[in-house]
Amino acid sequence: MRRYTLNIILALACIGLVLAASYDKLDSYVLTVLMSMGISIIFASSLNLVNGYMGEFSCGHGGFMCVGAYVGSVLSLICFSSNKMLGAALLPPTLAPWVFPFILLASGLAAAFFGLLVALPSFRTRGDYLAIITIAANYIIISLVENIDIIGGSRGLSGMKRTMNAMRDVADIPWMLIWVIIGTLVSLMLLRRLVSSTYGKGVPAIAQNEVAAEIMGVNTDRMKIVAFMLSSALAGVAGALYAHVFGYVNAQAFNILKSTEGMVMVYLGGMGSLSGSVLAAILFTLLVEGLRFGIPALDSLLHTVNVLPADFTLSQIWKWVLIPLMLILLMQFRPEGIMGNRELSGVFPRLRRWFTFR
Amino acid sequence: MALLEVQNLTQRFGGLQALTDFNIAIEDREFVGLIGPNGAGKTTVFNLVSGFYTPTEGAITFGGIPTRGLKPNMVTALGLARTFQNIRLWDNMSVLDNIRLAQHFRLGYSLWDALLRTRRHCAAEAGVDKASREMLDLMELKLYADEFPKNLPYGLQRRVELARALAVRPKLLLLDEPAAGLNSADVDGLIRLVGWIYSEFNISIWMIEHQMKVVMTLCRRILVLNFGRIIAEGNPGQIQADPEVIRAYLGDGTL
Repeated sequence: MRRYTLNIILALACIGLVLAASYDKLDSYVLTVLMSMGISIIFASSLNLVNGYMGEFSCGHGGFMCVGAYVGSVLSLICFSSNKMLGAALLPPTLAPWVFPFILLASGLAAAFFGLLVALPSFRTRGDYLAIITIAANYIIISLVENIDIIGGSRGLSGMKRTMNAMRDVADIPWMLIWVIIGTLVSLMLLRRLVSSTYGKGVPAIAQNEVAAEIMGVNTDRMKIVAFMLSSALAGVAGALYAHVFGYVNAQAFNILKSTEGMVMVYLGGMGSLSGSVLAAILFTLLVEGLRFGIPALDSLLHTVNVLPADFTLSQIWKWVLIPLMLILLMQFRPEGIMGNRELSGVFPRLRRWFTFR
Repeated sequence: MALLEVQNLTQRFGGLQALTDFNIAIEDREFVGLIGPNGAGKTTVFNLVSGFYTPTEGAITFGGIPTRGLKPNMVTALGLARTFQNIRLWDNMSVLDNIRLAQHFRLGYSLWDALLRTRRHCAAEAGVDKASREMLDLMELKLYADEFPKNLPYGLQRRVELARALAVRPKLLLLDEPAAGLNSADVDGLIRLVGWIYSEFNISIWMIEHQMKVVMTLCRRILVLNFGRIIAEGNPGQIQADPEVIRAYLGDGTL
């Protein structure tokens, strides 16, 4: 019974959310925040596999999200939308809900393939040098996308809403929320299963002592491929979900800032802690959204007490001062993150009486 | 054919000739020692045999299979396990997980089995779990199954490393200075433990060790290495009387 408590609680929460959304009890802003939370959870926890569990330093995770976002968008446009560049809709719109999971899957596979861009160099390089390679990979992917005119180049790509509309015509339920929830839960389940199996423990073994791993029979090259490809694949799924939630993608949305966001979440939550990444993704999304209101509030406060000159306004750009500042403070005062290498049940052992997370 | 055959092994690192024309054959159930002054090339031999380095020249055959070009994990899968001079455990996973992970190469299931939790995955995990717990039992480490190795005293870490190597179910066990850093009481315990492992597990052991008490008590055959060359080979009595060996360790008395 205890094995299932957490699953039941999660399932109830998710059903509750979906019901609330389908009876219009959540306004669209809250809904969007919830969905970006889910996407952030996938993004952060998949990055944690490489940066936390495997102890490598990937700074280019946004690139793989970009691949997924574009592959997902293009497939979605090819299948369900008629436009000048990609031709007439290939499939009838009633198929949209059935085809969409395959679009997500294909986005993941494409991103996994790009993950090889980092996985193969990792056989011979590690640490700082590999970090540089991951940054390069991020730039390569973004430049590549920006220079392919048929997918919009630097103007970005839109029209994915048509797929969403097609789904809504089949049944009027909050489809994107459902896909994001499914994507998040499946991603977490896959990661959890991997790192709790003896096979997957080969990944942290690389972080903790690569020489011992190699000599004690762990095929380290294969484990690196597995970690990088699975992590990229999940980032790709997150990207495809992102593209469909917002209906518009632009390569610059996945540049080094996006990758940094991922790293902030991983280090905030704690390296090698899945529940930490989940918690951090939720907190981080709330923080970013909070700043949306907090910065104007701070601005007017500072103006009323005459700290700021009258012609100077605190703009939303200050978000990009505050968030990196948070990373600096975090590294200074709590480098192990909120959870620090442990799961929720390790921090609160008493929780084990109620559930085991599997 | 011998279990391990090493022929004319030579290793150069840039301009440094670390090992010259090294030959050895180790039979089943043999206990061989490898001694020599610091920097003689002993650990280099182990790194070559376990596949961590690819030899500049020479051939290594393990169980009849040439190991040149095999990655270390493949050599391990052939039945060769080792411990390290400076302990190399996975410090942030439990002792039990350390033992489990040594069986990584024979799990026999793929990534997909792990992700989908197939029956094959569950069966393999159950088998590995059982074998690991039995190993902990046998090595009297049961109490520490859930501890992180970094929290254990040095002597116990040595024992965990031995248990991990044995979990590979090796035919040949390479021990790189197992007594390093142990006090004299611990050394006596180690001699008993290694002797017991040798008889209990029916394996061959090849040991590098500086402490003569350990070497002379356990090894039936000893090789002495100096400046990358074998200078003597024989049983403990012969080695102790060998003038070359005495000169290598003590100098020849001329200043």
